[in-house]
Amino acid sequence: MILVLVEKTLDGAAVEVSLETLTFARSLSEAGGGVPVDAVVVGDVSDSLRAQLAAYGVRELHHLTGAGFEAFAGAAWASGIETVLATTRSVVVTAAGTPRGGEVLAHLAARSGAEMAANVISFDGLSPFVVRRQVVGGQAVEEMRLATRPTIFTVAGHAVEASPAATPGAAAVVEHAPDVAEADLVARVVSTEEPEPDLSGSLKSARVVVGAGRGAGGAEGFDDLLELADLLGAPLGVSRVVTSLGWRPHHEQVGQTGSRISPDLYIPCGISGAIQHWAGCSAAKAILAINTDPDAPMVTKATHAVIGDLHEVVPAINAEIRRRRAG
Amino acid sequence: MSVLVCVKRVPDATSEIVLTEDGQSVDGRFAGFTMSAHEECAVELAVQAASATGGEATVLTLGDADAVEQLRAALAVGCTAATHVVADAQQFGPADVAREIAAVVRDHEAAGRSHDLVLLGNDAADTGDFQVGIRLAHELGRPVVTGVSKVTVAEVDGRLVVTASGDGPDGYETYRVPLPAVVSVLEGGVEPRYPTVPGRMKAKKVSIEEREPGAAPTGQARVRWSLPPAAPSDVQILGKGPDAAPAVVDLFEKLGVLAR
Ligand SMILES: Cc1cc2nc3c(=O)[nH]c(=O)nc-3n(C[C@H](O)[C@H](O)[C@H](O)COP(=O)(O)OP(=O)(O)OC[C@H]3O[C@@H](n4cnc5c(N)ncnc54)[C@H](O)[C@@H]3O)c2cc1C
Ligand SMILES: Nc1ncnc2c1ncn2[C@@H]1O[C@H](COP(=O)(O)O)[C@@H](O)[C@H]1O
Repeated sequence: MILVLVEKTLDGAAVEVSLETLTFARSLSEAGGGVPVDAVVVGDVSDSLRAQLAAYGVRELHHLTGAGFEAFAGAAWASGIETVLATTRSVVVTAAGTPRGGEVLAHLAARSGAEMAANVISFDGLSPFVVRRQVVGGQAVEEMRLATRPTIFTVAGHAVEASPAATPGAAAVVEHAPDVAEADLVARVVSTEEPEPDLSGSLKSARVVVGAGRGAGGAEGFDDLLELADLLGAPLGVSRVVTSLGWRPHHEQVGQTGSRISPDLYIPCGISGAIQHWAGCSAAKAILAINTDPDAPMVTKATHAVIGDLHEVVPAINAEIRRRRAG
Repeated sequence: MSVLVCVKRVPDATSEIVLTEDGQSVDGRFAGFTMSAHEECAVELAVQAASATGGEATVLTLGDADAVEQLRAALAVGCTAATHVVADAQQFGPADVAREIAAVVRDHEAAGRSHDLVLLGNDAADTGDFQVGIRLAHELGRPVVTGVSKVTVAEVDGRLVVTASGDGPDGYETYRVPLPAVVSVLEGGVEPRYPTVPGRMKAKKVSIEEREPGAAPTGQARVRWSLPPAAPSDVQILGKGPDAAPAVVDLFEKLGVLAR
């Protein structure tokens, strides 16, 4: 069996990257002669989540509940997965390369003395089991041989496209309510602040997206970019540098650990085009890069580019749009 | 209270890299070396936590002789002691590194210096294994919090407690854990200070504890690294600077994205 840790949105649906991981697991299963794919979910499971997982080919849905799972604790989730593994024979345990996914699987690997591969993008062979994963900030790819069983790895966000199974699974619910050891609950979330409203829906479906990266220069460097977005009726999408530094909210992030967009036109300004960003924007039909560096990957991968300082180029574009609209 | 912060000498991944012939690492002849932004923030948080509790921050690295540069950089911004496990980091997998750090923690404790808080980066900028902190916590039998950007230590009911917080999938999350504990840090929650000239002078005078690895590494599961082939570029350059604006707006009109 291949066991996939599935994470949920605040609305209780499976997150997109978990569906991608299920898709990855199915291709592994096909290569391995049809080993079943099971899911493990912590906390509430709605009928619609169950239907969603069935559509993705899940055979059994292992449902972890109990006092130990009320607040997130990485070690507790790992111990829950150990409970599931004790009842089923599992050759692979995998999760999306999210903060939770990586944390829980690293706990599982440490506890079981197994190796763990982070941010896998594909697999090369089953015996020996060889995966390819991102290293050096995504600039290089590592071929890695995983010798320990079960094989533990996370799948990089947007490395594969989520697609439902040709034949749906039963997604039969198997209940698990294990006691969690006190030691596994010491490091647990004690409070969660109301998240900012998630407005990423409009980003994912937008026809035009204006992108902004470190080149914006600071939280105060977005005025011209927001005006361009306004003139085009487009949402803003940003790089992780921008959200990490707190210049813009996380729901605007495009990339492996953000949204995947597929607009007719993407206009990345001051974004270098790291592989993790590209993972979120490669589906754009046209890309107009604005960058001071003609050799930036975003420029060479784009369909169109302007070489220059975004703080000069973007105001000039805004003025030109206003001029044509007035005339 | 004593804080230990773990940093790794890594090639600067923001500039283009070249791999060694055997595909086992980045070719150092063509790379600049740094510590990652996550670890710079971990160093800053370590120094702040140490000073808030009247303690000391020790920096540790496992790396070759050149990794002294990263230890000195941490000493220049407020760490007061350094430990260098002299070894070729390329040969050490994440489980090996965790075991070596744990050995240092135990030996220091036996010598009367117990690192109640150990800080690391969330992920190393080169190998990106996302696991050394958790494996270390497992080795030491301590609780671990990962991926947080703010870390403070305070006394609560006579016990030192670390409060760690950061963005989580369900909102901004806080953990509160009694020491001893391990915490891995993501950049963004704190501004790393710049070294001052007196800071650099002081750093030069600190004598660095050098040790050999406690055990032979079990090694990497790596077969090889490779660079993805560069896709041919067919970008059309519309111009340079603000003069390109008309050509840009022509493109908008052609793509039909200008109409309201
Ligand atoms: C596991 C993992 C997951 C990640 N997930 C994501 C993700 O989801 N999304 C994401 O974006 N990143 C992600 N990253 C980070 C990614 O590797 C890059 O660090 C990030 O995308 C770089 O952001 P940037 O392009 O804004 O900054 P930089 O790489 O610093 O690039 C800045 C660019 O702006 C240009 N520039 C500078 N000044 C100007 C100016 N005045 N005018 C015009 N151009 C200018 C420069 O030439 C450069 O090309 C992830 C990394 C890891 C390890
Ligand atoms: N060779 C090393 N020396 C010191 N610290 C390290 C070393 N390798 C990894 N670390 C620490 O462990 C963190 C996570 O690394 P990793 O799990 O390899 O991605 C890094 O950010 C460092 O803080």
